[in-house]
Amino acid sequence: MSPFARSALTLALAFLYAPILVLIVYSFNDSKLVTVWGGFSTRWYAILFADGPLLAAALVSLKVALLSAAIAGVLGTLAALALDRHGRFFGRGAYTGLLYAPMVMPEVITGLSLLLLFVGIGLDRGIATIVIAHATFATGFVAVVVGARLKSLDRSLEEAAADLGAAPLRVFLGITLPLIAPSVVAGFLLAFTLSLDDLVIASFVSGPGATTLPMRLYSQVRLGVNPEINAASTLMIALVGLVVLAASWLTARRGQGG
Amino acid sequence: MSGRLTRRLGRGLVRGLPLLWLVLFFLVPFVVTLKISFSSPATAQPPYLPVIDWQGGLEGWSEFLQALDFQNYHMIAGDALYRDAALSSLGYAALATAILALIGTPTAYAMARASARWQPILVALVIVPFWTSFLIRIYAWIAVLKPEGLLNGALLKLGLIAGPLPLLDSSVGVLIGLTYAYLPFMVLPLYAVMSRLDPALLEAAADLGAGRARAFATVTLPLALPGLAAGALLCFIPMVGEFIIPDLLGGSDTLMLGRVLWSEFFSNRDWPLASAVAVLLLILIVVPVVLFREAELRREEAAEGRGR
Amino acid sequence: MHAPTPLPAAPLLRIERITKRFAAHTAVDGVSLDLAQGEIVCLLGPSGCGKSTLLRLVAGFEAPDAGTIRLDGADLTALPPHRRPVNMMFQSYALFPHMRVAANIGYGLKGLGLSRREAAERVAGLVKLVRLEGFEARKPDTLSGGQRQRVALARALAREPKILLLDEPLGALDRTLREETQGELRAIQRRLGTSFVVVTHDPEEAMALADRIGVMERGRLVQIGPARDLYERPASRFVAGLLGDVNLIEGRLGPAEPGGLRTVETALGPIRASGEGAAGAAVVVAVRPERLSLGAAAGLPGTLVEATFLGDRIRSRIAMADGSVLRASAALPAPGPVPAVGAAVTVAIPPDSARILPA
Repeated sequence: MSPFARSALTLALAFLYAPILVLIVYSFNDSKLVTVWGGFSTRWYAILFADGPLLAAALVSLKVALLSAAIAGVLGTLAALALDRHGRFFGRGAYTGLLYAPMVMPEVITGLSLLLLFVGIGLDRGIATIVIAHATFATGFVAVVVGARLKSLDRSLEEAAADLGAAPLRVFLGITLPLIAPSVVAGFLLAFTLSLDDLVIASFVSGPGATTLPMRLYSQVRLGVNPEINAASTLMIALVGLVVLAASWLTARRGQGG
Repeated sequence: MSGRLTRRLGRGLVRGLPLLWLVLFFLVPFVVTLKISFSSPATAQPPYLPVIDWQGGLEGWSEFLQALDFQNYHMIAGDALYRDAALSSLGYAALATAILALIGTPTAYAMARASARWQPILVALVIVPFWTSFLIRIYAWIAVLKPEGLLNGALLKLGLIAGPLPLLDSSVGVLIGLTYAYLPFMVLPLYAVMSRLDPALLEAAADLGAGRARAFATVTLPLALPGLAAGALLCFIPMVGEFIIPDLLGGSDTLMLGRVLWSEFFSNRDWPLASAVAVLLLILIVVPVVLFREAELRREEAAEGRGR
Repeated sequence: MHAPTPLPAAPLLRIERITKRFAAHTAVDGVSLDLAQGEIVCLLGPSGCGKSTLLRLVAGFEAPDAGTIRLDGADLTALPPHRRPVNMMFQSYALFPHMRVAANIGYGLKGLGLSRREAAERVAGLVKLVRLEGFEARKPDTLSGGQRQRVALARALAREPKILLLDEPLGALDRTLREETQGELRAIQRRLGTSFVVVTHDPEEAMALADRIGVMERGRLVQIGPARDLYERPASRFVAGLLGDVNLIEGRLGPAEPGGLRTVETALGPIRASGEGAAGAAVVVAVRPERLSLGAAAGLPGTLVEATFLGDRIRSRIAMADGSVLRASAALPAPGPVPAVGAAVTVAIPPDSARILPA
């Protein structure tokens, strides 16, 4: 590798991680000021765990993420199967476009238009509407993840099962599903984090009593840097870090146990 | 035959269920938005007029249609605010995409040339920030960019600047935020293409007398163009409609359509105007996508033509 | 070598004028084929000739555009793969990576109405048949190539199919293992009496396994018969070249004569050969290298340009008067002394070993 490329890579990684590190370090700052180091302290974590509205918002976010990821997991897997298995059906291009468009659509548009729909059909806004909105934009992501696995799956495995007398449903449940299961789980996790992460769409489609964690954080972030938010962020980053570590450990073990 | 029937039913379900969901919750909402963009704001619930009178029959429909007009679009066209917001959204997105290409290309190249042991680790390092909250990552920059923040502090201490630079609440802050948040979306498609390039191509170029820079410029870069195009599109589209970054890192005068839409909706409660802005934003996005698809199709056709 | 199989009145499998098109490409073009009980037929041809598609049509993975497939007189054509009493051994083996060897072998037993014990006994019997005792609890990716091949065979035999379809069954094995496995496969087939349809691109494999070989070329079944018939009496230059090395000498066919033999006028002079055709037609004379005899008193004159000692035989190349080159192969010990390179030799073509084929 050339020294130029190597330093570009190093700088890019530093760029990606520096702000996050700053955030983590200052969550342990005793001082309320960002620029002044007032000594090590965990008091912001204590304050965080006493913050009722924040914890309630976290619970709402978890519920929404679980439900929407479950729906997106099913819909995305079905869509990936349709695209991979049904060959060139009528309207395939439009189908693909409809599936992938929500992934790149600016969130303000998705959020606004869904809200207008919900108001138009008189659906009460709350957790349910956020779940619907999140499932809608996460389905495409699940379909991409599962579709990649389906593409690399040896089709003769399914043919062999059919050849050995298994009806289509048994082929799917006994062969296809177990073999694509890791990608379905990965798609579910992706949908889960996308839902946990979303501020804009949730802000549009939520109603009274359904405040998600990002919405709560945002209302405080607008007021400026706040060490309590740093502490909350650190915990979320730690959680994600643990999940990623566990996932890579699992895949590594799978790779070895051959 | 009953077997064939269940088979077709199963196929219909597999294909139809996601289709139904997406039509209902993605396509129909756009139609609703388009309709409301032709309505007028009102102090009512819902806050727009006209509302379809389902009991009114044909007459009610014609009344409804007559009440629709282009008033919101006239307003958008007449008011410099919206034109400036549209232009600056495109400008920010284009500039950030260019910066991303400049940073992302050498980064992806370095990743693709790293040893096989390091490559998955580097890919994971690029992806992991994407898994952490977008809001938090942008928020983290506030502490870095503030006038009394870490970056200004460091620059002052090094004696590089005399007074703090206005990094936060400025176009610089927005560009840094956009670049930061979308870097993985630029690096990963580029890496995907570059890592598949046969290393023997570069060896052949070196063998034929090309230096490292020339080999990169004449072999790697042209072959990586599809990845660059995909990455650029993947970054450009959502950046045009970005809300969080201009809101947190930009100044009060930083105009971007996503932010204008947000304030029309939440602050002014002008739903029809917000809808019209959404339609405008959508048009701005669809144009580059269509152009990209056209270019892609032409390239594929050319490749097929060569193949024959 | 193989006694001709007496064909029963009704064949086990009857494929009639079956055609399969993919877009503009006709993969299988009006093929008809009968398969007798207990017979092994090998479909031989280069890649893309349609042999695998024909196999997949019988298995039910592809639906034909025309034609029928009957098994014991019953029409299979519209049945989905899981309802067909035929089983397939896949080229990639297609072993289920998430199941152990025993579960792979027993996969097809579900729905056959066997009790748990009967199924376990059937699996144990198959494990023994393919000599995999002790490997029942292993996952496929911990097995060697040869072991995987045997799991795939046992799994395909578990439902006691009337016909076993084998797609390049030995293609993934190395040479020595392949020869050993050919014998094993034949032994198992003889013991069970199952009919086999084997797809292969390897003529040696086809000759080692098959009762009859069907040669396919561009979607058509161009010739079918016992290996020896195809080798000695090929119907075309394509079949002649596919089954082994052959000398092809172009010429023009003389008039019909009594006694079956004809004269072909070639650049080397008149050659006597067997075969049919209209007088004056452009033809080629096909002679296997091992049928040429060198140094015979009467023959065509030529110059030896190469002689290679190959252990059991000597391979030589002879430049003829018109500039063409003939290849000869003589078993050792060769009759008489080996001529030196550069020596003038005569080449005799025995008329009963020379075949007249369309040019």
